[in-house]
Amino acid sequence: MQLFKTDLCLLCSSPIAPTINWESLLFGPNQKPICEKCYAQFSPIREPACKICNRSLDKLNPKFYQDGVCNDCIKWQQSSKWKNVLEKNTSLFEYNDFMAEVIARFKYRGDYAMAKIFSQQLKQLLQNIDYDLLVPIPLSEERLYERGFNQADSLALEAGAEPINLLRRIHSEKQSKKSRNERIHLPQVFQLSQAAPPFQNKHILLIDDVYTTGSTLRQAAVILLQAGAKTVQSLTLARG
Amino acid sequence: MLFLKKDEYVIPQQLVKGEAGEFVRITDMTNPKALPVDPTFPFNQNLQLFLSGRKLLLDEIPFSLEEIHNHYLHGYVDYRQGVIFDGKRLYCCRCGNKDAVFFASFHCARCKKKCWYCRKCIMMGRVSQCTPLIIWTGPTPHFSFQKSLKWQGTLSPSQKDASIKIKEAVRERKELLVWAVCGAGKTEMLFEGIEEAIQSGKRTAIATPRTDVVLELTPRFQQVFPDIPIASLYGGSEDRHRYSPLVIATTHQLLRFHEAFDCLIIDEVDAFPYSADEMLQTAAELARKKNGSLIFLTATPKEVWQAECYRGKRNCVILPARFHRYPLPIPSFGWCGNWREKVKKGQIPLKILQWVKSRLVSGKQALIFFPHIELMEQALPYFQKMDGRIEAVHSEDPNRKEKVQAMRTGDIPILLTTTILERGVTFPNIDVAVVGAEDDTFTESALVQIAGRVGRSPQFPTGDITFFHYGITRAMIRSRNQLLRMNRQARMKGLIDS
Repeated sequence: MQLFKTDLCLLCSSPIAPTINWESLLFGPNQKPICEKCYAQFSPIREPACKICNRSLDKLNPKFYQDGVCNDCIKWQQSSKWKNVLEKNTSLFEYNDFMAEVIARFKYRGDYAMAKIFSQQLKQLLQNIDYDLLVPIPLSEERLYERGFNQADSLALEAGAEPINLLRRIHSEKQSKKSRNERIHLPQVFQLSQAAPPFQNKHILLIDDVYTTGSTLRQAAVILLQAGAKTVQSLTLARG
Repeated sequence: MLFLKKDEYVIPQQLVKGEAGEFVRITDMTNPKALPVDPTFPFNQNLQLFLSGRKLLLDEIPFSLEEIHNHYLHGYVDYRQGVIFDGKRLYCCRCGNKDAVFFASFHCARCKKKCWYCRKCIMMGRVSQCTPLIIWTGPTPHFSFQKSLKWQGTLSPSQKDASIKIKEAVRERKELLVWAVCGAGKTEMLFEGIEEAIQSGKRTAIATPRTDVVLELTPRFQQVFPDIPIASLYGGSEDRHRYSPLVIATTHQLLRFHEAFDCLIIDEVDAFPYSADEMLQTAAELARKKNGSLIFLTATPKEVWQAECYRGKRNCVILPARFHRYPLPIPSFGWCGNWREKVKKGQIPLKILQWVKSRLVSGKQALIFFPHIELMEQALPYFQKMDGRIEAVHSEDPNRKEKVQAMRTGDIPILLTTTILERGVTFPNIDVAVVGAEDDTFTESALVQIAGRVGRSPQFPTGDITFFHYGITRAMIRSRNQLLRMNRQARMKGLIDS
């Protein structure tokens, strides 16, 4: 009987006790993808957070932010090329050791089911953000073949959204091996996808797994703005 | 990935040049057959040494797909299915998983279809419906070593018995259970059996559930077999590129082998994760050659096996005594009331308190086992009131190694622990208590292992073991009886002095 079926935690495989209350009796069990012990190891983004990149400010030395904006974002805003390119980023969790492990299992080991852990929360966030098109950050063709799926795309799909591919990645070298400085002065890695539907004057929401320095998202945003998008925001699972 | 299907063979999509035809996934092919071996083909010996006896993903093989495929065309390599789906049930051909809970599917960029993959062995790289497993079907490499064992030590009479039986099992390709009490000296009695295997060209593996045991065993074996290249395999190890007559690996690593070993020795057969995990049993089954010998080493075989041994239904050899010829210390039982309630109220049962105090006074170190992390952590502060140096350790403790080390150096007088320290770890002179011995966590074999921590060194061959309980369980009685019986047998055979 499904009512009392115990699910296994997607991360540690231990059984998850189903919560039985009136709601679950009436509407069926609210299935949790992971156990409470695993969930407690994620660290949700809490206010105060940077108004632009959503980085938590409470653990940060006050030297490193001003008026609710972190120094990194201030630097981006000082550059004529990058000013206001990315309107705002929203992230679910901090990129702690546990999140790093989960993302590694998701992207590098290829455990697609990890996307289901976050589907409910991403769904809620998507409802609260005003956007017209949800655009995943693409992988290069080689990388996509190697991994079998695009993690940004999977996060969107599992959250019940309809991601639309407007971009193509032309540069395939791995981001994670680069320093921040190299990333900031990187040549453009994206192109508009030839099959892209028109998106003039649309509000675009980019989706990716991690915001690290924000350069990938800004590179994607610049292309979209040049091609006529009205605004570009981003949504990521984790804020590095 | 996809394959272009021809009448007699297949071609990986990446190597197809302009030919038309049907592209299929390996899972959807009916009965893919290995091609006949072409004896005149000048095969690559490095590929043979690398791949022989293994079952790997394409990404795990450091040779080009062209070269692999060329060997396939001449019958030296075969592509095998990774995950099979018959419309109802799924099966992972690498780890043997058939539990639907541990499969998931996604729209695959490689095969452009809904592709099921196995989550059970995902940490070794994804095996999905469109993933082929690659095996070597050509001749296996030969090796020969004259007199490779260089060991000066001597075996005790009971070790000698076991050693002879092991040799026989290797020679006659039999199954054997070596039931040796904790501290019997298992490693030494393997030497001659392995020498026998190596001299007769039989590839051997020793599999153990834990990485630290692999790390401990490898140098010991390398020392006594100085000329044999030993591969030491565990998650993240460097040795995976060499062919070795002797492999020492974690049980997980066996998943990467396919009918490789003439002789497979499984250490701590009762231990997590081997007995708990069906996957690793399958792995052991698949890694061994069909007629290979299988030797289990354990201090605590499961009940069914014990009965089979006593009835003579299972080929076994029992080592009832420790190498130092002192009897095994026997646990005593101490009723301590509803200790859970007491701990929740911030108290420690009086009997336990007294036990701890007398260790602190005499200065003898002790381990105290708890069934659960939460209760142990609740109790810790009350223990620390007696002595601030008392610590607690569990499997997820980031300072686990440091605490065990501090126990070794004597900086911690008493260490509270969950069952993680139940086996493997030895401290020379300790007493042991179990709090809540009635809990299900403490199976017969766990209790025997816990008792086995005491009196290990010849300088300190005795010590106290107390099971504090709130009701005696069958496991407690069986564990005590098992130890008593071993002592009795040892006395009868004259293996202990007292």
